Amino acid sequence: MTVVATACAITLTVAAVLALLRIARGPTMLDRVVALDVLVAVVVIALCVEAAANRHATTLPVIVVLALLGFVGSVSVARYAAKEEQE
Amino acid sequence: MSWSAVADVVSAVCLLAGCLLTLVAAVGLLRLSDVLARMHTTAKPQVLGLVLALVGVGLQLRGATDVAMLVAIAVFQLLTVPVAAHLVGRAAYRTGQVDESVLDADELAEQLAREEQREEQQEERNRAR
Repeated sequence: MTVVATACAITLTVAAVLALLRIARGPTMLDRVVALDVLVAVVVIALCVEAAANRHATTLPVIVVLALLGFVGSVSVARYAAKEEQE
Repeated sequence: MSWSAVADVVSAVCLLAGCLLTLVAAVGLLRLSDVLARMHTTAKPQVLGLVLALVGVGLQLRGATDVAMLVAIAVFQLLTVPVAAHLVGRAAYRTGQVDESVLDADELAEQLAREEQREEQQEERNRAR
């Protein structure tokens, strides 16, 4: 199980770095919202992997809250996305 | 091959699949050109990736209450992620970040044009009265 956990950890860190690249480079605000959604998914799946590898359920409530938080965040940003000037 | 060994193998495969889906989404974020195209890659790890990871955790924990909470998380995600993706897409369209060259059909533009005509006719009728 530890080999799988380390493989998952490596893929998740690579995915997180790529998402951060998009956040840094994203021309518009909505690109960043989309990339942050992927980042939240990375963190949630990392928590799932950790909970599975160590066989404990203490972080399950955290996963519930984080999954909903990602949704509320992107909805609120999408609600107030203004017309940005195309540079 | 006892049941717990099979469950361990299946949960490991599910967890790995969830992580690979997240990697696909992150690569898709960088490779694709448009906000709407990138938006479709984010739905993959949020829904299928998370459901696979939750199946992986459920097979490991095997407790009734834990599996119930995992099912609750999966249902929340299946309900909320499409709404968020729709709102982000609507905001991208409304703030003009969709380049028309890529689209082959744009029904929303025609709909909005028809709405504006109807409003103008409404105003003329009000003024005429």
